[in-house]
Amino acid sequence: MDIGKLQRLPSEDLSAITSRERRKFLRLGLTITGLYLGGTVLSLVSARRAEAAGGPVPATGQYPYNPHYTMVLREARCVDCERCKEACKTTNHVPDYGYRTTILERRRDLAEGTYETIFMPVLCNHCNRPPCVRVCPTTATWKDKKTGIVMMKPSRCIGCKTCMTACPYNARYFQEEKRAIDKCDFCWQARLSKGETTTACAAACPADVRIFGNLADPKSRVYQLLHTPDTIVWVLRPEVGALPNVFYTNA
Amino acid sequence: MSSYIDAVLSIFPKGGGLQVERKKLFALSVAVLAILALVGIGSGLYALYAGHEHTLGTSRGVPWGILIATYVFFVVTSTGLCIVSSIGHVFGFEDFAPIAKRAVFLSIVTIVSGFLVIAFEIENTWRMPIALVLGFNLTSNIWWMGTLYGLYMVFMIIEFIMLQLDKHQLATACGLAGLLTGIAAHSNLGAVFGLIGGREFWHGPYMPVYFIASAAMSGCVAILFFTYLTYRFNGWTIGDKLKASLQSVAKLAALMMAVVLFFVTWKMIAGVTGEIPGEYESMAYLLHGPYTVNFWIGEITLGLVLPFLLILSVKAASLRVIFIASIAGMIGIFFMRYDLVVVGQLVPPFAGMGLVDYPEMFSYRPSCLEWLTTMGGFAFCGLFFLLGEKYFRGHMSEGH
Repeated sequence: MDIGKLQRLPSEDLSAITSRERRKFLRLGLTITGLYLGGTVLSLVSARRAEAAGGPVPATGQYPYNPHYTMVLREARCVDCERCKEACKTTNHVPDYGYRTTILERRRDLAEGTYETIFMPVLCNHCNRPPCVRVCPTTATWKDKKTGIVMMKPSRCIGCKTCMTACPYNARYFQEEKRAIDKCDFCWQARLSKGETTTACAAACPADVRIFGNLADPKSRVYQLLHTPDTIVWVLRPEVGALPNVFYTNA
Repeated sequence: MSSYIDAVLSIFPKGGGLQVERKKLFALSVAVLAILALVGIGSGLYALYAGHEHTLGTSRGVPWGILIATYVFFVVTSTGLCIVSSIGHVFGFEDFAPIAKRAVFLSIVTIVSGFLVIAFEIENTWRMPIALVLGFNLTSNIWWMGTLYGLYMVFMIIEFIMLQLDKHQLATACGLAGLLTGIAAHSNLGAVFGLIGGREFWHGPYMPVYFIASAAMSGCVAILFFTYLTYRFNGWTIGDKLKASLQSVAKLAALMMAVVLFFVTWKMIAGVTGEIPGEYESMAYLLHGPYTVNFWIGEITLGLVLPFLLILSVKAASLRVIFIASIAGMIGIFFMRYDLVVVGQLVPPFAGMGLVDYPEMFSYRPSCLEWLTTMGGFAFCGLFFLLGEKYFRGHMSEGH
């Protein structure tokens, strides 16, 4: 081997690569990555009921109802003033031992030994696949075909309480005065059916936590909130597969 | 009118069979049981009138209590008695024939007792007949369970009447129909629990299958218990045929206990492996929590291991030991039903979310009225068991 000849050859280390060469390489890499990435996204889109792609919010145009009544809870804004609970009680004649909606308190440890308190309002989730409706032996509870509200017909309720055991959200209780299960109906009976456009709890909320509206209407606030870029939307207990219509966000 | 009365009376045997010898003891027992049953029914009615919110230990978190557990206990026993009776009456195994008539009768008594108890747990019982027809829901397991059990009761009653009238072909047909309906109904009762997605302890195909196995076991245990009890109570002698029959039932009981032990063991292991949220908390409550005594003493020792070992130790020969095993079994099975219903509901829906002022586990304790109603259900069952022994003369069929 002639060392002298080899030494005269041009260097093959990275310093010899021109920036033009670098750009060419990068472009190739990005093209390949982009192809794979695009393919992955496409495969998600083409999958049936690809709920994972957009989180718990159904894809636009795939709302089973119109109006598709929905509540969005802007959790971080809730200060637990409980005006929603009171408004609900008076509007829907809820006895002291029961509730249609309540506020739970969550605690998260922060750095340096402090913690933050998060208030989490809960109510009937008016699920698209409601377990309570499936188990009711007498169809005393059903999903309204037009609005998607999970309704109750007290005179049909036999009080077996199977819906109470089936509800993943503990949203039902037995009301002795009515001798039937009572639950949130998005104020259908007390307000919406009489021409009002929002629920008592949403109207009473001073912090603009509870936003009620029609998800099928792209101009509605609920639609806007659920489709704001760079925000996270979540639902409670998604693993039970009930497909709830009460969404949580901090947008 | 009188022809109807004659028709009804014709199902009661005019003579033959066995007679109640200890008349005073019998009358006293009937009186006590009748009073207890009335107290229970009164308690149940009062709870319905005053409202369960104020009278029962059940709550928004735990809506099903001891009355549902007692109902499940009775219908498990009824289905099991139907299974045991069918071995002799429907499938023609001679060994099981001598116990079959009593088993058919008791399967009716137990299902009626179950309906009686659940009538006080369902808050608007009177709405049921119309609501179940007008509002029928084919996706509801409760609907299927109620409808099929109603049908089952009719089949069993017809089977019993046909047996009394010695119309064996019709009785066999109804027995088969009753058996199939009962098993479908019972499996559906398991599915009432098994198809609830939000309750991990119940959810899955386990319950509908386990219910059938445990029914067969309960039926064996119940017929052993009641047959021996009535013979001792009334001072009757157990003939060779009946003795052999009871011994065969005891062997089947031991086999079914082994089968159920397999179910329970794997449920236990699956419940703790990987500590799956929801399932694990319930299982931990049974294994080493507030329900430890219920589980290890009630379910495992009294319900399964002790009776199994007792029957095994005497090689299913001594009827007295078999009887003791059956008492332990009956008590243990009640614990199984109670734990299944109650512990399945104790995990709160938002457990594990880091909530403040929110229970880690719900709790339930039966109220006094619930205990009284439960007692009433058992007294009612005992009362009609005794009356059946008297008026059907020890359930002796012509051939025996």
